[in-house]
Amino acid sequence: MMCSLALFPPPLSGYGETSQYDESNTDPAVWFGDSHPLNLYFPGESLKPRSLQECSSKAAFRDHCETLYTRSAGAWRDAGLSGLLNEIANSSAEVPKWLEVSSSCVLALLRWVSSFHGSLFPHLTLSSEDMTAEFSQVLNWSDCAVRSFAWHPHTQKCAVSLLDDSIKIYNPKSANTPTLKHRLQHSVAALQWKPLCASTLAVACHNCLLVWHVDPTSFSTRPSSGCAQVLSHPGHSPVTSMAWSPNGSLLVSASPRDTAMLVWDVAVESCVPLYRVGGGGVTYLSWSPDGSRVLAATPSYLFRVWETRMWTCERWPCLKGRCQSGSWSPDGSRLLFSVQGETVIYALTFTDTPGMPLGMSGGPKAATVVADLSETTLNTPDGDMAVGGEIQSLAWDPTGERLAVLLKGDAEAGRPAMIAVFKTQINPAFKLLPCGFVHGETGTEPRLMQFNPNYKHGAQLTVCWSNGKITHVPFCFMSAGNPQPGLGGSPSPPLSQGRTADYANQTLYTELIS
Amino acid sequence: MFSLKNTQWGSLVICWRAVASMAWSVLLLLPTTALFVLLSRFSLFHPILWMSECLSLLTSASAIFSFILLCGVVLMVGFFNLEYYTVVPSIACSKIALLGQVLHPRQFVHSLVHCIMGVVVAWCCAFTIGGRYRSLGHPCTQDESGPEMCLNEYHLVLLLAGAFIGYSHSLVGVVYNMNYVSFHTMQQYKYLRFKGALPLVVKASAVQALYCLRSFLLLYFFMGYAPRAWICKTLDLSINSSIHSLDSVSSLLDLSLLYHLWISGTFLLLTWYITVLLFRIFVTEVYSFPVQSTFTEDAHQCLPKVITGTQPMILKFLALQDLALLSQHSPSRRLEVFSLSQPGGHPHIWTALSKECLSLLSDLTERLVAHHDTVATNGRAKSQSTGSNKRSTTSSEVTSVGMEDMKTPRPSALIRTPGSVFLRSSVGAGLRTPLTTPFTPDLDSPFSSPALRRLTGPLEPQGALSPGFSSIQSPHVMRRGPKLWSASTDSQLNGSPPPSPGPAPSPSQAQLKPSFLVTFLQNRKDQVKNFLAKRMLIMYLFNKLPEASSQALFADSQVHIWALQGLSHLVAASFSEDQYGIVQTTLPTILSTLLLLQEAVDRHFKLPHTSSKPGHCSCSMGDDSYKTLRFALRSTLKTAVYRITATFGGHLQ
Repeated sequence: MMCSLALFPPPLSGYGETSQYDESNTDPAVWFGDSHPLNLYFPGESLKPRSLQECSSKAAFRDHCETLYTRSAGAWRDAGLSGLLNEIANSSAEVPKWLEVSSSCVLALLRWVSSFHGSLFPHLTLSSEDMTAEFSQVLNWSDCAVRSFAWHPHTQKCAVSLLDDSIKIYNPKSANTPTLKHRLQHSVAALQWKPLCASTLAVACHNCLLVWHVDPTSFSTRPSSGCAQVLSHPGHSPVTSMAWSPNGSLLVSASPRDTAMLVWDVAVESCVPLYRVGGGGVTYLSWSPDGSRVLAATPSYLFRVWETRMWTCERWPCLKGRCQSGSWSPDGSRLLFSVQGETVIYALTFTDTPGMPLGMSGGPKAATVVADLSETTLNTPDGDMAVGGEIQSLAWDPTGERLAVLLKGDAEAGRPAMIAVFKTQINPAFKLLPCGFVHGETGTEPRLMQFNPNYKHGAQLTVCWSNGKITHVPFCFMSAGNPQPGLGGSPSPPLSQGRTADYANQTLYTELIS
Repeated sequence: MFSLKNTQWGSLVICWRAVASMAWSVLLLLPTTALFVLLSRFSLFHPILWMSECLSLLTSASAIFSFILLCGVVLMVGFFNLEYYTVVPSIACSKIALLGQVLHPRQFVHSLVHCIMGVVVAWCCAFTIGGRYRSLGHPCTQDESGPEMCLNEYHLVLLLAGAFIGYSHSLVGVVYNMNYVSFHTMQQYKYLRFKGALPLVVKASAVQALYCLRSFLLLYFFMGYAPRAWICKTLDLSINSSIHSLDSVSSLLDLSLLYHLWISGTFLLLTWYITVLLFRIFVTEVYSFPVQSTFTEDAHQCLPKVITGTQPMILKFLALQDLALLSQHSPSRRLEVFSLSQPGGHPHIWTALSKECLSLLSDLTERLVAHHDTVATNGRAKSQSTGSNKRSTTSSEVTSVGMEDMKTPRPSALIRTPGSVFLRSSVGAGLRTPLTTPFTPDLDSPFSSPALRRLTGPLEPQGALSPGFSSIQSPHVMRRGPKLWSASTDSQLNGSPPPSPGPAPSPSQAQLKPSFLVTFLQNRKDQVKNFLAKRMLIMYLFNKLPEASSQALFADSQVHIWALQGLSHLVAASFSEDQYGIVQTTLPTILSTLLLLQEAVDRHFKLPHTSSKPGHCSCSMGDDSYKTLRFALRSTLKTAVYRITATFGGHLQ
């Protein structure tokens, strides 16, 4: 029953229009109702990346003669034990011979052990910045102008984190756009608003989590760093992913260097580390919308699914690579995930009642392949076009009717990065149908995408492009489970709907109900 | 009858949990002791000899005897945990209150017993380490009188160190509230929780032993001759003059002695801390109460009955925790909450649960409002008349609004307010002895609210329910100047009964008879106060600790957090699950209670001396989560309001 991208409608040359910033093409009813659209543009030239290492400014100052003791203390503070040993080993003139020799020996031993550890877990040899880029959900995170994006779960408000480590908050209802900057806000890997709260934004930074409290009624454009709670834990750096529990009480955070996943009680700034053997770190977290489970991917060929009542976990070994991305269905019963090095989407179905420990009540035994996104060639009026490839990230809209898949593409093979959109149906049986492609202006590629949780007329996909633009692609439909009585007649069929009408009867994947 | 049964059954539940935790700690004593034996006899250069010696020691009969002794100590520690634990921490608001806690007879017994147990454990350690530590006396030959018994000072030092560490464990326990049992936001299985906490406990005991050792060595250096002479005298031992005594710098810096003292101290603290940890884990484990029972005999074990009960306090905590969890995680049990009674069709369960939660929350609101008024008036007390006017109007407004919204103000449940450990007896007697007053943070103030009084003194006549009560009281309250410390204390200093801190104050009486005696007493009191205020030590002892009153106010807020979570989740679930619409009838009350509480909490956080962010404290084994409860409450409250409004949305209008 599983089919491939070949069933998709070919992307037309003018098709990308919807996702471009073009006032003439936008229907005011489809965008934000009466408010102005939050189409944003951040040209990459205007943003200067902040250098991560603050000690790089050291070079600007003259060398100052300090005693060995001061230097050692500084090295201990900056770089820990290895820094201290290095300092002692390098200052042979001032220390006794035996100390120098022994510290060099210990240093060599440490390096040997760490290289051994690194050979077990190759990701540990990466620098922090590279690690964030490697495990981020954003395509080419390091040179992307928009590093992260988050819609507020309850209002039309979004937070954008930029290349220069600042975060801007846009609200169509106010002209005020607060900019958040903090001393510790380096290389932001993820943003998320706290559910059931108006103004709390969690930020995954280089070596800590920042929780900003941005008063929406305040007129301040630069909230002070006193508005931010700093949550840090030794060894938990860089933080590449985090997730709020949907009932707004807990926050989980993950770092590829830390084998523990931290569960934070943000209000009291305390955390409980959850250690499990294997994996070598945690790279990506996703909390199911019903709050009962958390997906935790590791850098190894392994991911875990935690249940959140008693915090026990199930191990899921993968065969081909690490779990790159995952997305939960709105009722928390299905998990779609993708694996690095493979071009398919897997599905896991959880039929057990939430609250019961996993494994006791008939969880899934194996993942099923629901879609194959391997490379195919489609005929377009402009000629043949290659699509498909590895999956960077998955996003499922809150109504459960659209699934967006960000494909990595391959510049050498002439495959651009693209977003493929599926129609999905969860009840009574799980179905995947082809819907269409989203691609931007020529020469741009999508980097990051997220569904707007507050869109009333269907689903709205927000896409950040490589040229620094952020646009919103609406998908208008009548939600089967949740009809909108106030809409007044059927919504105007949007572009994508019309184009794909011919293909709608082709089911890409249908679950067999046995 | 219900309550009696309830109490017995509840105590039984807790007792069984404590017994289970003690059994596990005795089991865990085995590996700990083995590890201690290995580490204490460690020798780098003779590994084979070392291992064989340890093995032979572990299997000897005398080792089994000392192991039995250690088991006895662990059981005793477990018993003390059970007897002294509290779910509401006692927070001392000033140094003198802390001093009072330390010197309290109950605490004295605790310290004494722990001191003795420290000696016992140290004796076992000395026996295990063997060598020069083995016994208290050793034969020696003095100059001419032939062989006689001499004092072995190494053994004595080890015993004294054990006693010192035992005492300091008890002392530190008071200061850092080690007897406080906190509940976790995250549920985990007991084994996993223990596994997670074990490294921290090992680290904490090692560090604590190091600190204790430092203090002990200082003490022994200066005072060591006293116990040595005493022991020699009582046991008729002589001091070997050929060996240097240990209270000199050079002999105390003996590395092997330091190592043995430290490893013994760590072993002692580790076994005790593990016992405490296991007790906490077992006693706070989730207990699933049945929502309704089929048989009337079991009716007292049902959630609505247990939740309204008061004794033992921890049962109420467990019941509220269960409520919060069932409202989030189990739809089938929620359905039972929303069900109607079979004959009659009344929503008894929902009514009981919601009523209890609401009364808890409105109690907190009252407490906060009262505290706010106290602080506000105390801050600007120079202009008395304006202050009193303002105060009385605001408080009466707030109170009356609260009362009108509540419709049925019911006498609040008897909650053990902060300082409860020592208040336990006095609550029953309805007395407020001078001794207990300094322990209760806000009760002792002359401005203490009717709500608070009602909570502690059940015998007081209940005029408190009338809306204007606090405004009647306020003129009386305002006659006093800015207060330095508690009213009862200074009245006691005067040697006269307090003017009227008692119940149902009669302002009319006081105003009608502004007699000479009253003004005289007032003047004298002010004089004494001014005199004492100039003395540094007194000021130091009586000054309020920053944040302590705020912490004390929220000391039992875990209950309120669960009540908020339970209520809000149930209300949110009722949107789709409540078939009979029983929740809708209480929805306005719930919302208004939540909003009133929100207002009070917001006002509280705007007060000076209340920090807006949780601070970090790194005390080793004492649980300091009570210090941050107010922040947890604030965020839970906000989330609860949002959850209800987000679920119902436009339907609320």
